[in-house]
Amino acid sequence: MPKMAKSPWLLHYDGSSCNGCDIEVLACLTPVYDIERFGIINTGNPKHADILLITGGINEQNKPVVEQIYSQMPKPKVVVAVGICACNGGIFKECYNILGGVDKVLPVDIYVPGCAARPEAIMDGVLKAVELLDKKQNEAMAKERRENHAG
Amino acid sequence: MYLIGFLICFPLIMALLLYLIKNDHVRKYFVYAACGVIIAASVLFAVRQIIGGANGTYLRNTHLIDLLMSGVELVLFGVIVYYSIRYRKYYVVFIAAVQEFLLLWMEFFGPEIAHPTAHIYSDRLTLIMCLIIGIVGCLICIYATGYMKDYHNHHKDFKNRKPFFFSMLFVFLGAMYGLVCSNNLTWIYFFWEITSLCSFLLIGYNKTEEAIKNSFRALWMNLLGGLAFAIAIVYCRLVYQIDGLQELVLMGAKGVLVIIPVILLAFAGLTKSAQLPFSGWLLGAMVAPTPTSALLHSATMVKAGVYLLLRLSPALAGNLAGTMVTSIGGFTFFATSLLAIAQTDGKKVLAYSTVSNLGLITACAGVGIHEAVWAGILLMIFHAVSKSLMFLSVGAVENCTGSRNIEDMHGLIVKLPKLAFVMIVGIAGMFLAPFGMLISKWAALKAFVDSKSILMVVFLVYGSASTLFYWTKWLGKIIAVVHNSEKKKDITKRSEWTSLLSQAVIMIILCVTFPIISAHLIEPLLSEMFHDTIPVIISKGNVFIMAMMLCMIAILPIVARLLTHTRRQKVVLSYMGGANTGDDRNFVNSFEQETKMYLAGWYMEDYFGEKRLWRPSLIGATAALVILMIIAIGGAV
Amino acid sequence: MWIRIVWTILFLILGPFAGGLLAGIDRKITARLQGRRGPSVWQPFYDLLKLFRKQAVIVNSIQDFLICGFFIFIVFTGALFFWGGDLLLVFFSLTLAGIFFMMSACSANSPFSAMGAQRELMQTMAYEPMVLLAAIGFYVCNGSFAVSDIAQAHLPAVLYLPGVFLGFLYILTIKFRKSPFDISTSHHAHQEMVKGITTELSGPILALVELAHWYENVFLLGVIALFFVASSWWTWILAVVMCIVCYFFEILIDNTFARVKWQEMLKTAWSVTLVAGAVNIMIVILIL
Repeated sequence: MPKMAKSPWLLHYDGSSCNGCDIEVLACLTPVYDIERFGIINTGNPKHADILLITGGINEQNKPVVEQIYSQMPKPKVVVAVGICACNGGIFKECYNILGGVDKVLPVDIYVPGCAARPEAIMDGVLKAVELLDKKQNEAMAKERRENHAG
Repeated sequence: MYLIGFLICFPLIMALLLYLIKNDHVRKYFVYAACGVIIAASVLFAVRQIIGGANGTYLRNTHLIDLLMSGVELVLFGVIVYYSIRYRKYYVVFIAAVQEFLLLWMEFFGPEIAHPTAHIYSDRLTLIMCLIIGIVGCLICIYATGYMKDYHNHHKDFKNRKPFFFSMLFVFLGAMYGLVCSNNLTWIYFFWEITSLCSFLLIGYNKTEEAIKNSFRALWMNLLGGLAFAIAIVYCRLVYQIDGLQELVLMGAKGVLVIIPVILLAFAGLTKSAQLPFSGWLLGAMVAPTPTSALLHSATMVKAGVYLLLRLSPALAGNLAGTMVTSIGGFTFFATSLLAIAQTDGKKVLAYSTVSNLGLITACAGVGIHEAVWAGILLMIFHAVSKSLMFLSVGAVENCTGSRNIEDMHGLIVKLPKLAFVMIVGIAGMFLAPFGMLISKWAALKAFVDSKSILMVVFLVYGSASTLFYWTKWLGKIIAVVHNSEKKKDITKRSEWTSLLSQAVIMIILCVTFPIISAHLIEPLLSEMFHDTIPVIISKGNVFIMAMMLCMIAILPIVARLLTHTRRQKVVLSYMGGANTGDDRNFVNSFEQETKMYLAGWYMEDYFGEKRLWRPSLIGATAALVILMIIAIGGAV
Repeated sequence: MWIRIVWTILFLILGPFAGGLLAGIDRKITARLQGRRGPSVWQPFYDLLKLFRKQAVIVNSIQDFLICGFFIFIVFTGALFFWGGDLLLVFFSLTLAGIFFMMSACSANSPFSAMGAQRELMQTMAYEPMVLLAAIGFYVCNGSFAVSDIAQAHLPAVLYLPGVFLGFLYILTIKFRKSPFDISTSHHAHQEMVKGITTELSGPILALVELAHWYENVFLLGVIALFFVASSWWTWILAVVMCIVCYFFEILIDNTFARVKWQEMLKTAWSVTLVAGAVNIMIVILIL
């Protein structure tokens, strides 16, 4: 059985980012970085995605949106916070409307710091997240088996 | 013989009785009883005919009945004159007067015919028509008992004329039986006129301005056809010394030049089957209560038109009359299926689709080779059942939800699941693969290619693509599963359900048993019509494959269960950029307000609307009709 | 008889492999055309296996049911074709499958999938006439709709039907969901309609859709091959070569054209059908 890591599909969500990190995320798709060589596809649809990649902090307005999108993703799934704002709120941390980093609302698996995060760092983060997919899948299956035994 | 007489007279007697019964409750039981008797008689007739095998010809000398008919015809003429003068439509009187004069003159001063034909003739086509009229027609009448009650509850402003309504329905049935059993042209004409007048009265039932306008349109168009019919009768008697339809067709098939009466009769058939440029009357007929539309569209009226054309078809093969019929039919099929795309009113889509399908049957009749006629007859059978089913279910939905707009049927599968299911059966029967209509379309395509009419092939392929569009769009609307929608109260009456369910069952049975129908009814019929042995039209292997497809659809639920068997299924909201507000119906807009989502189908008014296509199609069809008729008649004279 | 069964079984077993490999090669070539390295050619298989292992999130259960209908009828279409069945019946079954697919998207009642379904319906309306005309073209040349008879002709059908072949190639772009006609769903990141008709599908159900598309692509290339095969052995080689050429051609088109609006698609597809397809068949009817 090939690993889930071989085919990670990604959903990019722009929180309250300044768009710096978003440009860098899109740069990963260009021929220079060519993220597709790892099989990564930017799907733009939570129902197809394995990785939720968020740039920018979480504010009052996008909190329910992020939560809903996350709930619509099929398991196993991982969350990658890209850029310092997504990690902990960054430069906007003290703003009246900012709640903080993504981990205020979702369980973040990988933090990619930087302002803006460099494409190499983003790719590195995504590939680290990808490995977690298999781990999560195995854990889920083990749990299921245990439950079956118990049941 | 007596059975045929019974089939014709019994509905007429019932009509008289129903006119006199003023109590709703009593009337209801009378209608049930009458319908039961008619269906039983039709089936008995069919069974006896199949077992007996031989075709029947009856009544050679019928002076008394002829006189009686002339009398009734005068009364009918009187009725037309009365209504025309009352509503100041004097041109109608003119058309009616001319044909009345012609007929009476022929009756009393015309030449004696040396070998008068049998007035009644019955073969397997008669039998098929009797079954359609009997079963589908009666089911519509049963439906009407429940429907009309709700109809008058919804429309308090219309005068309640139910006794009249039901008696007209039964007159209609009786006239149709007469039409399909007669062989004498004058007799066919007599019943033909009764159906024209009946449809006029039924369309004008509400007596609103629109209803009156549309009913007169129906009347003058059908009288125009009747005029052509009358001229054809006179011509036949004067020139060929014949008065029977069979004799005329036989002469035509043998190659004797009978193109003038044939083309005139074909013209009459085109008007009655609402082909372009005469489609206006059938589209206008929608103003009437649903049972009327259902009756006109499926079992009666328009079927009379295509019945005549199918009867004529051996005489149409390979001549200009045939070319005319085929071209008009093919063009109508194509143009009206495009027009149907832009319609949002469910009944209007059905009306266009009827015209479109009749176009296909007409085109098949015009080709005049056995394959095409086979397709035409099958199309007629399937169309009668599925169209009546569709009309009745739209009517039932309208009674429950107050709208017959397709857009309002969004999510019907949750709101009114039972009606939605019946509707899905109807729609599937209209155009989906292993079901009825498609098989016939397939045979029609083959026949058009074999007769080398590339124009027809082009009309057919484009027409079926647009047919696919409007039906699938409708199906998609019904099948949408909307979150948290409440089930509506289904106020469909028991009588309506009886009718709907029996038709859905008949539809499915027809799909399964069509090879048997083809082998025992249609193929022997064709070999009589064309005096020829009929080669296999759909091979055993292909029938088997279609049966396999049907089975696959039947077992689909089980397979789906197996294929998607995962324990980790989770139900989530549909994707709306993460902005749904708790269900699939609303989302948060850019002003942070909740907005209701509305999913519209594509109607593309600017491309396929009536404003854009109706006039060109009328002009095109009229031009084609006039030019081809002039060439054909001019060439013959 | 045995040969027919072998063909059918070969299709059923090898169809997904060939289809997946074609998709992989497609992605590789596309990447190279854009100056990228691209994923491995086995990538589509990795994707498929992953999808099968994921959780299925659904909007309602009718959706799965309809997708299964789509899958089964696509496989049936291909199997019937390679069995040598009636070409018209094959195409009717293909349409039925397509309707199941659209109905699944409609049933989800989601804005993106409903939009995708309407667009898919428009695509169907655009290509349907040409598909039927192709079947008629074969019939006119060989006097039979049966694929088994058509494949045994003396001369390759394309000699009689060059126009029909070009017309079919034109609508093949729609069927392969390639740009400029990938308006209902797309393999590229066209995100104004998210993933169009497949938006609400996920996990194993989406995997079924992918698998069905692979079967469908192999079947469509089979139709292309049918234009070239005849009784002599070398035509089979020619057919395989032409399939590869056509597939590469579609990839090239995909990468060099921007998407068009539906109006453009409908107008051009219907005109090409009329001019290339119908005129060609008319000429063949006149000369044969």
